[in-house]
Amino acid sequence: MTPPDDISLTRPQFIGARVVRREDPRLLTGAGNYVADIKRHGMVHIAFRRSDHAHALIKNIDTSAARAVPGVVAIYTGADIARLANPYQATSRMKNYQATYIPPIATEKVRYVGEAVVAVVAESRYVAEDALAHIVIDYEPLAVLVDPEESLKPGAPKLHDDLASNILAEREFSRGEVEDAFANAAETAGGRFHFTRTTPVTIEARASVAEYDRGARALTLHCTTQIPGIVRDKLSEVFDLPGPRIRVIAPDVGGGFGGKTSLYSEEIVVCAVARDLCKPVKWVSDRMEDLMTTGNAFDEIVDAEIAVAEDGTILGVKADVIGDIGAYSIYPWTAVIEPVQVVSFLPGPYRIENYSARVRAVATNKTLTGAYRGVGRPISVFVMDRLLDMVARKIGMDPAEIRRRNLVNDDEFPYKAASGLVWDKSAFQACLREAADGIGYEELRREQTAARADGRWVGIGVASYAELTGVGSRIAVAPGMPINTGTETCTIAIDSTGSVTASFGIASQGQGMETTLAQVVAEELGVKVDDVDIVLGDTSAVSHGTGTYASRGAVFGGGAGILAAKAVRDKIVRVAGHLLEAADEDIETGNGNVWVKGTDKSMSVRDLARALYSDMGRVPKEMRDEIDNLEATKVYDPFFGTTTSACHMCLIEIDPETYKVFIRRYIVVEDCGRVINPLIADGQAHGGVAQGIGVALMEEVIHDANGQVLTASLVDYVVPSAVEVPSMDVVHVDAELPNTIGGFRGLGEGGTIGAPACIANAISDALSPFGIEIMEIPATPERIFRLVEAAKG
Amino acid sequence: MSAKISVAVTVNGTPHTADVEPRLLLADFLRENLDLTGTHVGCEHGICGACTILMNGDSVRSCLTFAVQADGAEIETVESLGDIDNLSQLQEAFREHHALQCGFCTPGMLMTVTDMLRKYPLATDDDIRDGLSGNLCRCTGYQNIVRAVRSAANKRDGK
Repeated sequence: MTPPDDISLTRPQFIGARVVRREDPRLLTGAGNYVADIKRHGMVHIAFRRSDHAHALIKNIDTSAARAVPGVVAIYTGADIARLANPYQATSRMKNYQATYIPPIATEKVRYVGEAVVAVVAESRYVAEDALAHIVIDYEPLAVLVDPEESLKPGAPKLHDDLASNILAEREFSRGEVEDAFANAAETAGGRFHFTRTTPVTIEARASVAEYDRGARALTLHCTTQIPGIVRDKLSEVFDLPGPRIRVIAPDVGGGFGGKTSLYSEEIVVCAVARDLCKPVKWVSDRMEDLMTTGNAFDEIVDAEIAVAEDGTILGVKADVIGDIGAYSIYPWTAVIEPVQVVSFLPGPYRIENYSARVRAVATNKTLTGAYRGVGRPISVFVMDRLLDMVARKIGMDPAEIRRRNLVNDDEFPYKAASGLVWDKSAFQACLREAADGIGYEELRREQTAARADGRWVGIGVASYAELTGVGSRIAVAPGMPINTGTETCTIAIDSTGSVTASFGIASQGQGMETTLAQVVAEELGVKVDDVDIVLGDTSAVSHGTGTYASRGAVFGGGAGILAAKAVRDKIVRVAGHLLEAADEDIETGNGNVWVKGTDKSMSVRDLARALYSDMGRVPKEMRDEIDNLEATKVYDPFFGTTTSACHMCLIEIDPETYKVFIRRYIVVEDCGRVINPLIADGQAHGGVAQGIGVALMEEVIHDANGQVLTASLVDYVVPSAVEVPSMDVVHVDAELPNTIGGFRGLGEGGTIGAPACIANAISDALSPFGIEIMEIPATPERIFRLVEAAKG
Repeated sequence: MSAKISVAVTVNGTPHTADVEPRLLLADFLRENLDLTGTHVGCEHGICGACTILMNGDSVRSCLTFAVQADGAEIETVESLGDIDNLSQLQEAFREHHALQCGFCTPGMLMTVTDMLRKYPLATDDDIRDGLSGNLCRCTGYQNIVRAVRSAANKRDGK
């Protein structure tokens, strides 16, 4: 036996390394497998006739002419689907919450433009769409509610007759003596903030393919979901099928950003039809459907005020939030996830002792809102960091300085924020300091003074935020939700060929988790990264798992992966101790080998697996009975979760002729704990900021007074292209690691949380000579033009 | 629906003939008839660029082109670039610079960039951004795509 060179390997070997992604070769060559790529023998296609009314009774549906179109296989209305699928709703234990039923296809009444009314099944999508034109639907229009402030009034027409009102949830937070704080303030600032509605726009629109095995009475659903486990569990109830006979698979998924974290009506419909017809059924959303039906984001009005002392110390904050959640309470997150998170996170990383807030989630005749990158926090940071700049301007204090004075200091952790959230520890102050150093804050201020003297509109933006990531079982991701979002599972198995497979309940939509989780498992197990196969997004792989959302993949996947790898490694060590005739504590593993420390005695993991599984006699029966196999399943519960924080700074300039905002410089300094792969971590920040730029400057779902969606194409709903997103610097601070297993924090959402506030502050700073404060985003050229014109009088 | 029309196209060097409905989109012809699912459909109205292919050497939206319009044409799709075990220089540059995340826009990006690299000097990164502006990516923030294209352009120029 040759002495392994592994003896000299240094750890960590893979965690923190810039490993290029294993996903890339297939995705770069057109060899990926997205849902729309799936073909099955005898597969039929669904197209939906969708409501062109925002609120109406369905009086009659005539499908006779559509049925006569050659190639049409079947037609389903809401009543047909109701016979095939049990009703469902997003329940919650939260008090003052009203759940709504979400019909997969509308029955009796439509509540938003784009709601499905009829499903046509045909031999091709082309034929199915032909037939849609032959369906005749009689509607009786009802009063349309597009303004949440009208919808919440007593006596407003109700969207759901069985509910007491359109207010689906209401909650209040209070700490300290807010009125006293305002009475004693040296200065206050505030006003009405409006964060408009956006939509995720994954480049891959949603899609589903369902197959029903008549003999096995089993259903398989391939779909573009971030939450295969949650979908499987609900389908089990909707179709009265046991879990093992429903397999939900998320193959390659083309972006999620939260838009694919909800159970969608179309997923129920394709399954119901596949089971009813015993045929494979496919539905692929077109872009107009996507823009009208995928869970929208944000849409809140926030009346907020801040009170400070002379030295800039925050004395108190008040907020009243109205969230426009659309027509139904989305499954599983409920109508509360977005608006309640606004008030939970509004105090941010700042020391605020006196806080009072109220939030109401109000139904309107619009598309449902759901989770979108950041969920609530982009708005809470927008409001809080705008308030800080507004009040700083009044007391003549620099924006960076007022943050330095109010950010929770390192020696104050764990810090219980005013809304009750606990920040475990995170480098709030260091992020601010390093962002200022990195962008050259003082120098930028001097440049700004010079630019202003030349009549240019140049502004500097600062925003600090904290988010809870990897949220464990102590807190539900949405309050009172009946599903467990606080644990994840990993199974690691080394089979009789010596190959390692690590299976997870989470799914990937571009985050590169096949690579990062392989890095983590390889590190702990002592094998090479390429030797670890990763299984994600398949409900047959683990008994329980929910999916990927809320910046949880690295914390949960990494943590469960480490636990399972340690357990399998313990088994390897036991077997190796016997085979290499050494004490367990003298065994080391690395690069796919095991050896006795300080000796030349070694063997490969592959040979060890053969010895245990196949070469009877090499491992005694007693040990085999004890070890069973080289497998382990572990569940990780981070319990509280951990605090990711960051500071964003930017320099912008507004063209005084076109009113367009140009971002000249951008820096993100974040504390996301231990970085598994810097290549991927930086990519997450880049993409998050790009979406935040869209939210700040460009993206807005617009409804007219009749509830028609005026932004149902990518010409009208504009997302950032390569010319609108600048190159940015991303810095990971070197700070004390959190207590999560592996020391990981979540980082997927951060960019989108910080950017809208940072950019809005920069625009306000640029326009401060006019006394303009940005209270509503996106800050489109038109909005900025109107503000400047109004300020000029 | 109307009578089918015969088309003859060469795709990635292989000639194909087929009788298709005149309304069949080139994107659907490639994906459904020829099983070349590397070409993705993202919007069907010419904005996102995911379906970009090369037709007679020019980048075109295969979602805005009928298959019958490609009669007699030479088509290049992402499947022509490199093999999963032997990536092209451009594909390698995308991998090295982490210029893709979910990968859905990537085939269209690669074909647009192939066109750009063949035709334009791409002297500045702003030129690269201009060239990419008809292809939407929702994951990367474009920064690493620009880096990858810069690296590929430099290699092209022997830098």
